[in-house]
Amino acid sequence: MSTHVFKPDLPPPTLSVGVVGWLRANLFSNWFNTLLTALALYLIWVTVPPLIQWAFLDATWSGSTRSDCAPGGACWVFIQNRFAQFMYGFYPQGLRWRVDLTVILAVAGAAPLFVKAMPRKLVYGLAYLLVYPWLAFWLLHGGPGLEVVPTSQWGGLMLTLVIAVVGIAGAMPLGVLLALGRRSDMPAIRVICVTFIEFWRGVPLITVLFMSSVMLPLFLPEQITIDKLLRALIAVILFEAAYIAEVVRGGLQAIPKGQYEAAGALGLGYWRMMGLVILPQALKLVIPGIVNTFIALFKDTSLVIIIGLFDLFNSIHQATVDPAWLGFAIEGYVFAALVYWIFCFGMSRYSMRLERRLHTGHKR
Amino acid sequence: MQNPASEPSRRGSMMTDPKVRAWVFQILAIGAVLGIGWYLFHNTQANLAQRGITSGFAFLNNPAGFGILQSLIDYTEGDTYGRVFVVGLLNTLLVSVLGIFIATIVGFVVGVARLSPNWLISRLAALYIEIFRNIPPLLQIFFWYFAVLRAMPPPRDSHALGETVFLNIRGLYLPSPTPAEGFWAFIVALVIAIAGCVALARWARVRHENTGRYFPVLWASLGILVVVPALFALVAGSPFHWSVPELTGFNFRGGWVVIPELVAITLALSIYTAAFIAEIVRAGIQAVSHGQTEAARSLGLRPGHILRLVIIPQALRVIIPPLTSQYLNLVKNSSLAAAIGYPDLVSVFAGTVLNQTGQAIETIAITMSVYLAISLSISLLMNWYNKRIALVER
Amino acid sequence: MTENALKHTLGDKMMIELSGVNKWYGEFHVLKDINLSVRQGERIVLCGPSGSGKSTTIRCINRLEEHQQGRIVVDGVELTSDLKHIEAIRREVGMVFQHFNLFPHLTVLQNCTLAPMWVRNMPKKEADEVAMHYLNRVRIPEQANKYPGQLSGGQQQRVAIARALCMKPKIMLFDEPTSALDPEMVKEVLDTMIQLAESGMTMLCVTHEMGFARTVADRVIFMDKGEIIEQAPPEAFFSNPQNERTKTFLGQILNH
Ligand SMILES: Nc1ncnc2c1ncn2[C@@H]1O[C@H](COP(=O)(O)OP(=O)(O)OP(=O)(O)O)[C@@H](O)[C@H]1O
Ligand SMILES: [Mg+2]
Repeated sequence: MSTHVFKPDLPPPTLSVGVVGWLRANLFSNWFNTLLTALALYLIWVTVPPLIQWAFLDATWSGSTRSDCAPGGACWVFIQNRFAQFMYGFYPQGLRWRVDLTVILAVAGAAPLFVKAMPRKLVYGLAYLLVYPWLAFWLLHGGPGLEVVPTSQWGGLMLTLVIAVVGIAGAMPLGVLLALGRRSDMPAIRVICVTFIEFWRGVPLITVLFMSSVMLPLFLPEQITIDKLLRALIAVILFEAAYIAEVVRGGLQAIPKGQYEAAGALGLGYWRMMGLVILPQALKLVIPGIVNTFIALFKDTSLVIIIGLFDLFNSIHQATVDPAWLGFAIEGYVFAALVYWIFCFGMSRYSMRLERRLHTGHKR
Repeated sequence: MQNPASEPSRRGSMMTDPKVRAWVFQILAIGAVLGIGWYLFHNTQANLAQRGITSGFAFLNNPAGFGILQSLIDYTEGDTYGRVFVVGLLNTLLVSVLGIFIATIVGFVVGVARLSPNWLISRLAALYIEIFRNIPPLLQIFFWYFAVLRAMPPPRDSHALGETVFLNIRGLYLPSPTPAEGFWAFIVALVIAIAGCVALARWARVRHENTGRYFPVLWASLGILVVVPALFALVAGSPFHWSVPELTGFNFRGGWVVIPELVAITLALSIYTAAFIAEIVRAGIQAVSHGQTEAARSLGLRPGHILRLVIIPQALRVIIPPLTSQYLNLVKNSSLAAAIGYPDLVSVFAGTVLNQTGQAIETIAITMSVYLAISLSISLLMNWYNKRIALVER
Repeated sequence: MTENALKHTLGDKMMIELSGVNKWYGEFHVLKDINLSVRQGERIVLCGPSGSGKSTTIRCINRLEEHQQGRIVVDGVELTSDLKHIEAIRREVGMVFQHFNLFPHLTVLQNCTLAPMWVRNMPKKEADEVAMHYLNRVRIPEQANKYPGQLSGGQQQRVAIARALCMKPKIMLFDEPTSALDPEMVKEVLDTMIQLAESGMTMLCVTHEMGFARTVADRVIFMDKGEIIEQAPPEAFFSNPQNERTKTFLGQILNH
């Protein structure tokens, strides 16, 4: 009996590894690939240097009026000058701490939910959901003990966030109910829910906003007048609920039949079965989908410009047509794009990470 | 399902019987819906009466009295609101068709580029996708419209491309064809060429089945499509006069003018939707497992055939359903045109007509029905397609 | 030697020759100086622990993987980056995969006629006949118009074998053809492979079915860590392994 002596590992031939190997494999593997590389380099060459030149090298960063801006480069002075308005709209200057505090409370309050080791997450989460909205409304709008700031003065990023967050939070319960209704055994309930969902999903948000601003007043008794923002929020909530319903339905479908049967065998009634067994699992599965819906909604908030609300986008747009700062539309839109992009990109990365985690969880 | 009436009634109260409960619940739900409907209807009636608005669709026959920036059919201020509706609808469809066409091409190119073995190309494609799908489409429309197109020079200082295409603050000027002496010959030639291509494809398929010999139909068809009309044009004379836009005084004469609103919205929606389509295409191609390519390779199939016979047919099944929903999104997003004053359906009908006539309910109902009809017919089509695919798989 | 019912005389022609083949995945040295020749009609079983490079070896033979050093000659044609050579070799070498890799959008019959029609330029009628012939041989002619998704694993693998045979290859490569199958389906696939061996096909099989190796193989090759450690006719290989490593491996695999 002999023992085999293994040969030592040898380093690969130099042409297949290292920088040279990488370049050969990824950029110059054949003539077509080399051509593509040349094309890509050309594209980069014609776009990136001028962009850097405009946005950084030739840009003006400090000053107070348009005359401080050097021609040819970006005028970031414009953004600096209007920054507070882009964030808060016409919210009274002295009261803006209330907006800041609302955001801080939201972040600080939600933070423990992302700590893995946190005990009693569910109880805490529910308590937070019950308390925070009232607190936020009191802080932003005012009321007992706080000066009232009417919603017509709300604006900027703050208003964008209010519409997006209230929109999704309001749409969640309605959406879940609609999803349950769509999968119900009762034909009348199913028909009502399907009609509702398909109606809102079939029309553009802009027509829904139009509808809420001109038709809602007609629908209600004469003596009731509702605030413009509230009208927009109702429109957004109804619209988003339909999308949430479809996302949640996907989650409900993914729950294996055995779970329903097991819950049924335990003698749980419909609502307890759904509330205690099915929905917690289904909702966990659809978090990425809900985040994606939220991203879509966040982008769609820009449509409120149609009904004359001053969200982030409209604030910036109005600033670009202000005679004192005419000619800096590009800077304005680039800044707006950057803000939206950071939010949307960040959330989409988060949703992708969740999705990966859920997938591995299922495989195990 | 059994008939609940035929079932012997159980002990206990009526409400614990699930069947009875289901009936009660459904009746309550229908009642609630009807009740809310009646309440809204009642309020609306009262409000309309109070404002002195008569409901109904008679207003569609009244003259509109306003001009429209762009119309695909003849339209003058004296035409009716009904015609305004058609003009708006056609403009919406124009944006949708242009947008879908461009977005599909760009989306497929970027999606394939995303999977390129070339690292740089794949990164650039990823950059494109990540940038454009995370910026609100309305913002992109405004950017192209206000920051780029409205900042274009006046006609005198137009950007020119080879003295035939001009871009200035009034829009994009393109040369336009008008029929010339060879026009009908050209049409005939085109028909012949297309018929020839169809016949060629059929012949090639039959021959391939019968003899196994392969014929490059695609290249031959392209050749036919170029050569036959060219020959006819040589004999019968040029099929078109090209009317090239020309600067006379302060503006251009002749040619086609594409209004900046249309350019902005088409550009923005195409770029935005293409980012989503690219992701769909990437996912679709990746959904075809690597094993499929390896099996095809090990059988000796050439790369072109592997793509055509193995990868594309499988990838398309994954791609088509989400692709159509992107198309639908684009159609719905075309309503953003209203924000920059492009005369689409929402802008002219749910906007201008509504303001002039005060017929809020009618105009918005008509507008929404149009979008609903489009959405529903596409989703019916999709359901049918998915069922067919499912049948084939299983 | 006589107890092997399938023993036969081998041709003189070399069908596959690997000499001094080295391959790296990035920095990782997977195949180390592999030397292997296979004669016409020879049946070889490759075994070894997971990750030892068995799949990589046979995938190099039809260029699903590229080797970096050494020579691989198949049926007299050397594998280089020349596409003509690669296509010529792939036409002569059939391969069966662990996960079948049937084309799900085509019927069983279309799976079998695809390559003959588009690579061998065979008329459809003839390709259909050939396909039916081989589907008969793997004993599932009645499934010809079904889709792969409608078949059991064992049936799918037999279709995969028929699909490869329709190209009338001179060599067949098998990469663990039975390891994705439920136990009751293993036999039907092995029977098909034995039948193929009887017809004199040159075969290179990666498999852990030692019964199959005993009855069919002319030679069993044991690989570990990218090297060929031992090769011998099955009787000698199983009863009297020469190498410590082989013995341990056989110990593990025979009495699990
Ligand atoms: N594409 C690849 N890139 C990098 N490493 C790889 C790749 N394919 C295989 N390897 C590595 O090369 C080694 C040999 O792989 P190979 O698939 O040939 O093993 P094997 O003997 O067939 O094992 P098994 O019995 O598990 O199929 C393994 O360590 C594997 O992790
Ligand atoms: Mg393997």
